[in-house]
Amino acid sequence: MTLRNRREDFFWSVFGAAVVAYALIPVAWIVSLSLKRPADLNDRRFFPSPVTFDNYRAIFADAQFPAALWNSFGIALIATALSIVLALFAAYAVVRLDFPGKKLVLGGVLAVSMFPPVSLIGPLFNLWRTVGLYDTWAGLIIPYMTFTLPLAIWTLSAFFRELPWDLDKAARIDGATPFQAFVHIIVPLAAPGVFTAAILVFIFAWNDFLFATSLTSTNAARTVPAAIAFFTGSSQFEQPTGSIAAASVVVTLPVVVIVLLFQKRIVAGLTAGAVKG
Amino acid sequence: MTGRSRAERRLGWLLCAPAVLAMLLVTGYPILNAFWLSLHRFDLRFPEQSQFVGLANYASVLGSEVWWRALSNTLIITLGSVGLELVLGFALALLMFKATMGRRTIRTVILIPYAMITVVAALAWKFAFDPTTGFVNALLNLDQAWLSERWSAFFVIIFSEIWKTTPFMALLLLAGLTLIPQDLLKAARVDGATARQRFVKITLPLMKPTILVALLFRTLDAFRIFDTVYIQTRGAADTETVSIVGYNVLIARLNLGLGSAVSVLIFLGVLLIALLFIKGFSAPLTRSGGQ
Repeated sequence: MTLRNRREDFFWSVFGAAVVAYALIPVAWIVSLSLKRPADLNDRRFFPSPVTFDNYRAIFADAQFPAALWNSFGIALIATALSIVLALFAAYAVVRLDFPGKKLVLGGVLAVSMFPPVSLIGPLFNLWRTVGLYDTWAGLIIPYMTFTLPLAIWTLSAFFRELPWDLDKAARIDGATPFQAFVHIIVPLAAPGVFTAAILVFIFAWNDFLFATSLTSTNAARTVPAAIAFFTGSSQFEQPTGSIAAASVVVTLPVVVIVLLFQKRIVAGLTAGAVKG
Repeated sequence: MTGRSRAERRLGWLLCAPAVLAMLLVTGYPILNAFWLSLHRFDLRFPEQSQFVGLANYASVLGSEVWWRALSNTLIITLGSVGLELVLGFALALLMFKATMGRRTIRTVILIPYAMITVVAALAWKFAFDPTTGFVNALLNLDQAWLSERWSAFFVIIFSEIWKTTPFMALLLLAGLTLIPQDLLKAARVDGATARQRFVKITLPLMKPTILVALLFRTLDAFRIFDTVYIQTRGAADTETVSIVGYNVLIARLNLGLGSAVSVLIFLGVLLIALLFIKGFSAPLTRSGGQ
């Protein structure tokens, strides 16, 4: 029995180490490329031998990348804030109130999350050009909200179901107004769930490529994923591999850091939203 | 009481309305608009030539080889990536569940692919498989132009997809694993069931609902694949997927009529997949579970 367990343990440890290496390879590779000199790009080596930060200097000196980074941050933050506020209302209603059509709301939310974004880009492209939202922040925030709302509503309502709402009732019996009870009891308890939902929504908006490429055309609203895809390099004779790699590292790092810091909550949020429903 | 329940009803609707309206406006209106556009000849470069053409756009999409190639490419990528992800995701979920050493590290590291932007992951693997800048050929001692041939390009695309999304699958399956009563497995072990028997007869049947949810999510995602293919091949080497076709017709060629027909067909494809899975959900769990 013990021998068998030890063998099993050994097997899972080796497997675990392999998984860790496998998960990190592309990250290490893109970091490595970003630190290579242009002349060393083709050396086929995994690690850069003379390390240079020129690529980072180059992308920040260029007008395109800082603008795209600013757009990404602004658009993702605003989309997150708006989605979370609307999702909070909806999730509260779905969990705490009894009203006809509740199932319809939840079903509709699920349907929207399955919607193929490519089916929307034609009409949105056309509409946004007519109403002047093409190549603007709002032109991206609105479609992002559509797809982040289902995510936020499911995550938040799964989270709200676990909250001890009796405390809220007890506080009211003790003489607190509904508003006081909500602010002093429910809000602090709900904060971690709200935070988790916000991270998931932010990652979604930060990650999007399809809307960002089809609904923007200039530095006015083009976000980093789209900007990277259209990088041309400093001259047409030079492959922009190094700058693309450096830009990739810059957009990846903030999200990876956020995810690693809050990994426990994110895992809880992802699985609560998807499995428990 | 009736007054209160009426107030509750009103509040419920009031609170849901903004979110529902936001979603309806950006999905409901455009899909109806796409349907309407798909019945018209409508090219943004020649807007004055617009006219109602009925189902002609559908006829030309369904009659073109491009569409069917793209559909079969999409299905190859979907089946290839989701199938392997299920197996790998299960292995990863079991690892996270059973590992005694470094379980926290594994759980943390596994989130890195999830946190990485799809575009960046696609670029990283594109550069890795590149014959001049990449390390893969050097590592395998090969001289292969991966992304310029159809099947090797599929390999790279599917590989990138698997790398990126297996963690998501694994996390969902892990959540399902934790819901299995451990006493049941212990009892089976005492009764002499082998690890394989325990997995096939207890774990798998109890996991069926979770597996279906995970498969549904991933299948729909894979069917809509755009980023990875666009970054790695832009549809060259005969790797165009339906989303790439839709994007090209709509945004690159500005043919809204034809492109909308493609959009509507993709929408119907997603609907069909969802319906098939939902039928699978409601199938009695015991039928495939008992044996």
